[in-house]
Amino acid sequence: MAVFELPDWAALAPALILVTTALLLFVIDSINPHTKNRSLLAGTTAVGSLAALGVAVWFMVAGVGTPTAAGGRGVVELFGGQLVVDQMALFFMTVVSVVTALVAVASYDYMGDHAYQSEYYSLMMLAATGMATMAAANSLVTIFIALELASLPSYALVSILKDNRGSVEGGLKYFLIGALSSAIFVYGISLVYGATGHLQLEAIADNLQGAGEYGGLLGLGILMLIGGFAFKTASVPFHFWAPDAYEGAPAPVAAFLSSASKAAGFVIAFRVFTTAFPLEPTTAVIGVDWTLAFIILAIVTMTLGNFAAATQDNVKRMLAYSSIGHAGYALIGLAGLSADGGEIVMGAAMMHLLVYGFMNTGAFLFVALAEYWGVGRTFEDYNGLSNQAPVACFALGIFMFSLAGIPPLGGFWSKYFLFTGAIEAATANSAMLIVAAALVVNSAISLYYYARLVKAVWIEDPVSGRDTLSQPTGLYAAIIFAAVLTVVALPVFGPIADAALEAATVAIS
Amino acid sequence: MMIEALLAVTLIGALATFVAPNRIAGKLAFGISLIPAALSLWMFTAFDGSGNALLDGELAFESQYEWIQLGDYTISWLVGLDGISLPLVVLTTVLTSLAIMSSWTPIDERESQFYGLVLFIEANLIGVFTALDFFVWFIFWEAVLIPMYLLIGVWGGPRRKYAAIKFFVYTNVASLLMFGAFITLVFGLGDVTSFALPEVATAMLDGGPDGFAGLGGSALASVVFVAMFLGFAVKVPIVPFHTWLPDAHVEAPTPASVLLAGVLLKMGTYALLRFNFTMFPEQVEAYAVPIAAIAVISVIYGAMLALAQTDLKRIVAYSSVSSMGYVILGLIAYTQFGVGGATFQMVSHGLISGLMFMAVGVIYNATHTRMVTDMSGMADRMPVAVGILVAGAFGYMGLPLMSGFFGEFAIFFGAFGSGLLAYSQIFTSLAMFGIVIVAGYLLFALQRTVFGPYHLETDYDVGRAPLHDVAPMFVLLGIIIALGVAPELIFDMITDAVDPILENGGDA
Repeated sequence: MAVFELPDWAALAPALILVTTALLLFVIDSINPHTKNRSLLAGTTAVGSLAALGVAVWFMVAGVGTPTAAGGRGVVELFGGQLVVDQMALFFMTVVSVVTALVAVASYDYMGDHAYQSEYYSLMMLAATGMATMAAANSLVTIFIALELASLPSYALVSILKDNRGSVEGGLKYFLIGALSSAIFVYGISLVYGATGHLQLEAIADNLQGAGEYGGLLGLGILMLIGGFAFKTASVPFHFWAPDAYEGAPAPVAAFLSSASKAAGFVIAFRVFTTAFPLEPTTAVIGVDWTLAFIILAIVTMTLGNFAAATQDNVKRMLAYSSIGHAGYALIGLAGLSADGGEIVMGAAMMHLLVYGFMNTGAFLFVALAEYWGVGRTFEDYNGLSNQAPVACFALGIFMFSLAGIPPLGGFWSKYFLFTGAIEAATANSAMLIVAAALVVNSAISLYYYARLVKAVWIEDPVSGRDTLSQPTGLYAAIIFAAVLTVVALPVFGPIADAALEAATVAIS
Repeated sequence: MMIEALLAVTLIGALATFVAPNRIAGKLAFGISLIPAALSLWMFTAFDGSGNALLDGELAFESQYEWIQLGDYTISWLVGLDGISLPLVVLTTVLTSLAIMSSWTPIDERESQFYGLVLFIEANLIGVFTALDFFVWFIFWEAVLIPMYLLIGVWGGPRRKYAAIKFFVYTNVASLLMFGAFITLVFGLGDVTSFALPEVATAMLDGGPDGFAGLGGSALASVVFVAMFLGFAVKVPIVPFHTWLPDAHVEAPTPASVLLAGVLLKMGTYALLRFNFTMFPEQVEAYAVPIAAIAVISVIYGAMLALAQTDLKRIVAYSSVSSMGYVILGLIAYTQFGVGGATFQMVSHGLISGLMFMAVGVIYNATHTRMVTDMSGMADRMPVAVGILVAGAFGYMGLPLMSGFFGEFAIFFGAFGSGLLAYSQIFTSLAMFGIVIVAGYLLFALQRTVFGPYHLETDYDVGRAPLHDVAPMFVLLGIIIALGVAPELIFDMITDAVDPILENGGDA
């Protein structure tokens, strides 16, 4: 029995905490414009995102967002259904805030003597706010605003090393492709609005029938929306910004974008397609089953990402292509939906994005550590690092094997569920068998390049003449914490799976 | 709770060893490994199970907890032992202790990491042989790969990098194939609500799958049978999927070779027995002749390859391919003696090949070469170690009163009289011929290295091996002889667990 009832808007607390932290950082900056007090800045960021994380987890445990029928406190709808806080929103707010916290702690060392400290952290918090809002956005307008709120700070973050050519080039590419895909996305919104007369997702679903004569228009709109998601999640066909942007960006920013931003992109895709375009009525209007688009995109994305990753010599680019490959895995969550279910496959995709948030962030943070040490960027430059830094390299081994999906690590669990879900979905749609086969084949291929990195740090002989490597506290703490999360996923996977599956069930129904 | 205790002790021991200083890691790991060995031996004496774990048998030390609910499917932590798995668990724990002791001499860098990984492998191997839920089982099955990859890759010989990645990729690809096939089967079996192996086995024998994604029931069963067979065949390994094995063995450090040949190969045959030969009696019958053919080819071809080698370790490695062929032949015979003998042979071959690898390792420690052509007359300088090598070789050849004899005898006896396998007499006779080749290559190698005047190409002073190198080999030799004299020590419990399998198709 609650002592007092919180107002409805309090359900948005995780996002509100993030934006408050961003404003707090502005206040700090305005009091002391050139502060380099990195303990204060990184500390504020980390505390803010950890608070958001805590609140999001607390809400999930307390049953906020769970339908009252299932014993929860009910899904909270705000501003006439423009924003909605359900379990899926809280789940993804958790993902975003845990990644933000890890990245903030790691940035303490990485951005150590950088000139624009407070700008860096406040931009990151603004982007995180945008991503958390994406998780709750329930109308095409709020989705677009949240998407831009997440994207604009990200462009600046990628090019924040403004004297570094790669950083600026990556930022420009990211911005140009981002602008293009935003334009396509908005155009898609306008077509959907033209066909159905609504922007709010439930309202679109209710008015699909009325769009009968504009079926083609609606289909084109949906296709353009998919383009927008593809950009944000770094999936085919808007994936090619990712390797350049990640390579040029400071490694913690790359970690942030490839984990949190990707997850946020997926949450809007999940929400739009399950809420606004339910499979059966949409198919009736536009004449095509939209899961077909996701089946093709999933297969192409995972295959392209993996094959490209296998041929890289630069570790960061390898991770960038691997992140494209993982976007392909998560796309299975939409490809596997069918008229009579699909909550396993979608829940599995959500689990994968959560676990991916730990393991991929950890891997990029190891690259950040290597950049901090200045050991170089290729696989050869990493040779024999384990002799000098066994703990960090042990953690790297965990991340790599987890990304490859080797048990008992977190990445195995989510891939296992994805595979199981894909096979289950094949009972309704046998094309999913091909997707499941592609998942297995790609997992096998991915082992090659992930193991290559493990081989470099653990098995190859050390590069001669390397200086002693320091042990930066923040980076080490973040890497170890990410590794622990990746391993601890084993015993606590029950609750995670429950949360994700429930969230997916609510979203689909 | 005994199995959980066994796993927990080993895992905690692995962590403790990992952070211990290098100086004491070897002794510490050995001390820790005695606990699971003693526990498993106690379980061996206190064993009260009967029947087959998958076929309504009475499990010993069973425990079950619900873990994850995935849609309609429950994933449980389900572990237990029957007469097939218990001897393999004891083999694992005992062989690990001995392998740790035998690595005190050769391993001289990063000791704590090395012994930590060995204990970690042990924990996963115990898990493979005790887990009875597919999900739990698969975790242990795959988790063996990472430490073995590192053992070969970090502490191995000159071509270790190539061998390690080849081992990893081969076996992982095979696992994924098997994994995909099994999940498809579970979904094809409409009314199953968990991944527990007993439930899947019951459903399979109780009418089989309904079909899946356009495939009919029996077609699905056949596809899954073949895919799983191929997946396990790599692990066993069966010709033509054996090429990772010699590379991995030759490059691996001695203790890793001992575990690889002694226990890891048995994972493949154990899984074949548990999955293919328990759940698919109809497909076993349908594919009996081709499977027997590749078993015989493995026996003969593996032996021929061994005959052509000049590296002692390669000889032992290829001989494993040959011996595993016998196991497959025993399984496909589908008679009590055939399947029981095959299970017995798994244990026996684990002991004997472990012994051989240790003996070769001890010689290598002293001479720094394994080439047959580089040495002769080793018996003069290392009488004890060489004596054990010779004894092991005779065990391999199937000398009566050693465990190898009973295993091979039971397999031949069972296969010869098989009612299920057509042309079983021809297959058995051909496989028996393999024994001749085994004797040929072993005696030929021994004759050149062990006997004759002492000569060594490399520049090392060869003396007697230290006690802690020889002691584990004596223990193994003792067990080999004990099992050869009294095979019923484990054969009774094996046949008790094997009989229910045969009631579904073979002749018990």
